[in-house]
Amino acid sequence: MVAVSDKLDEKKAWSPWPLTRNGGILLLLILYPFIASPFWIVQVGAQTFFLGLVALSLMLLAGLGGMVSLAQLTIAGVAGYMWAIFGESTAPISLHLPWYLVLPIALAIAVIFATLIGAISVRTEGIYTIMITLAIGVGFANFANQNYAILNGFNGFAGLSPPPIFGVDWREPMPFYYLALGIAGLAYFGVVYFRRSTFGLSLQAIRDNPRRMETLGFHVALHRILAYALAGFIAALGGIFIVWFNGRISPGSIGLGPMIDILVIAVLGGLRHPIGPFIGALVFVLLDNFAIDLIDRERFNTVIGAAFLLVVLVSPDGLLGLWDRLKRALAKGRDESGNDGFQP
Amino acid sequence: MITLSRRILLAGAAATLSLGVAGGTAAAEDTIKIGVLATLEGAFTVLGEDSMRGADLAFEQAGYMAGGKKLEIIKGSSDASPDSALKAARKLVEDDKVDILLGPLSGSEGLAMRDYAKTQPQVTFINGTSAAQDTTLRDPAPNFFRFSTDGVQWQAGLGTYAYENKGYKSAVVIAEDYSFPYSQVQGFMLEFCKMGGTVPEKFWVPIGNKDYSTIVASIPDDVDAIYVALGGADAVNFLSQYQQAGGDKPMIGGSITVDQSVMGSQARLGKDYLAGTPSAGPIADAWDNADWKAFVAAYQKQFPDGFPSPSLFAHGYYIGAEAIIAGLNEVGGNLSGGQAEFRDALMNLKLKTPTGMVSLDENRQAVADIFLTELREGADGNLYNEVIKVIPQVNQTMGEPREEFLKLGPVSRTNPECP
Repeated sequence: MVAVSDKLDEKKAWSPWPLTRNGGILLLLILYPFIASPFWIVQVGAQTFFLGLVALSLMLLAGLGGMVSLAQLTIAGVAGYMWAIFGESTAPISLHLPWYLVLPIALAIAVIFATLIGAISVRTEGIYTIMITLAIGVGFANFANQNYAILNGFNGFAGLSPPPIFGVDWREPMPFYYLALGIAGLAYFGVVYFRRSTFGLSLQAIRDNPRRMETLGFHVALHRILAYALAGFIAALGGIFIVWFNGRISPGSIGLGPMIDILVIAVLGGLRHPIGPFIGALVFVLLDNFAIDLIDRERFNTVIGAAFLLVVLVSPDGLLGLWDRLKRALAKGRDESGNDGFQP
Repeated sequence: MITLSRRILLAGAAATLSLGVAGGTAAAEDTIKIGVLATLEGAFTVLGEDSMRGADLAFEQAGYMAGGKKLEIIKGSSDASPDSALKAARKLVEDDKVDILLGPLSGSEGLAMRDYAKTQPQVTFINGTSAAQDTTLRDPAPNFFRFSTDGVQWQAGLGTYAYENKGYKSAVVIAEDYSFPYSQVQGFMLEFCKMGGTVPEKFWVPIGNKDYSTIVASIPDDVDAIYVALGGADAVNFLSQYQQAGGDKPMIGGSITVDQSVMGSQARLGKDYLAGTPSAGPIADAWDNADWKAFVAAYQKQFPDGFPSPSLFAHGYYIGAEAIIAGLNEVGGNLSGGQAEFRDALMNLKLKTPTGMVSLDENRQAVADIFLTELREGADGNLYNEVIKVIPQVNQTMGEPREEFLKLGPVSRTNPECP
């Protein structure tokens, strides 16, 4: 699961191309709601961003820290549950606090929860980390299913919605889309910056050789726990969006199926770069919504599984890896046909 | 060239995207789009598939035409969780732009669908088989119609029969822990407690529970019967563990308790034990009635691979689809003006179904016949559900005045009580 380094990017000489490309993508993302229908704006567009957010938190842990946590959706779920418990919902348990209190409380509790998960699982490696976080995630979902005093059991909470800040109805397609885009963008650039920060670099070094870093005097466990906390914050943001989008949360929303979905999204996109989870989320959302139109209604889950298998088999580093290979193949083709009169 | 290739790729992606965006909007004037949503994934897959058979049968019989318009059927799938039902409904309503949505199957999905219906006033929602009481009883959506009966109605007559004819004065409840069994338990207890029966204890278990040992051990000795509202496979697990532990209290069954999986385990569970189990629900396999038999025959002919006899899920979706077809025929397929005429027609529909007449009350909830049955041993030695009584035209408030009934409060783990 250890990702390859970013040498490719660094060796390249500066060219205006990435700027044009990134600008183009940004422009496309901003203009998208003007050409798309509400379904495509919210269920495809916005959902890509907030599922991508949760998967981004996994990318941070797995790609940069070498720790595969299955509990990232659980952390998102904790944030969502806290939003429901402290804020407005149709269940009598809710405390109906104003949103500017609920939001920080929900995020803080989710981050504390994430830090605890980190503290528990940080001394394990590889498959054991997966097992522990899987146990925590499934355990929390089962707990939510049976706890009626705080988490309202099987029924969970309904009637959740974004607060009407600045008089805007944030559940409307356009505002919801731009809000998700904005937060996802901030988180994306945050992680891009984080990769180059001192903390980010030492985390990657710990991923590659924890024993050497320990010898050099770095506190390995602390770095990892902090990574869990940071990733937990990103996942929690995603979790708030998930409950705003669904308008409800119940144990089914944080069960094993959705937990695995996040892993699929992250692996599908690729764990090497923060853009991977968002690409993975887009492909996943499209498959999830439209596979049923491609094939016999009773068999559409097979399509989703097959597509995932195909990507993972063809490219161990997800769609990003596929892209890199394509790029290299194209570059090679150009070298070979360099004298045939065409200029790049 | 590398730049070019990238651009082509990007352009390709953009083109695919915009094709998809445009794809959902093209709809012909003389076609009516109907979405059908059932559980084609997860624990209820088999039931969802049978639901689809019910809907398909009705549309097939109508030749995919109603009110002079062609019917286009688009199917969606959920896994019985409210989230997945919402996701599938959003796709059907907002992307496929269906005019009418038929579904969902499960109780909690229905509650979510009612809330979603309020945000989509341009679409008419027809319930599938979801049977949670509050979907239509409290805070109903003006465009959500339920032509199937709810879990409380399904138990009509059962409590009285258990008390008077079977002579059970006290019973413990073992039921799954979600909105549909809550409704079932209320339906049973309303009558049972009114007659003077007591329910000293209720045990709520998660769906798919495997180990019932703690519950079996806590069932008191001084009760006359156990009321079991568990889905078929869960019921088999519970009953075999109960019997292994020496339990011998007779069973009273919820509407989905005594199904094919329990019947199939009759050798293991003991015919003598199962025979005499009373139950109640919206259909009865062995009902000797021409309309019902015609429906069963049509189902068997259309779906040789289906169940031996249509389940209550096929039945519920069949009735929902029939209601849509009848409503559309009434208004000549006219859905203009926010479907107002169509909805009026639905409200005033007197629908003749394989299980008797169905009409709606002011909350757009079905009033229909309910079947009180008892497991008996047939001439061939196999168990079958004999119809004891057809309870005519059961309404949502079980014959009580609406205000009185609403005072009972929403059903939950602790409501009702009569220890």
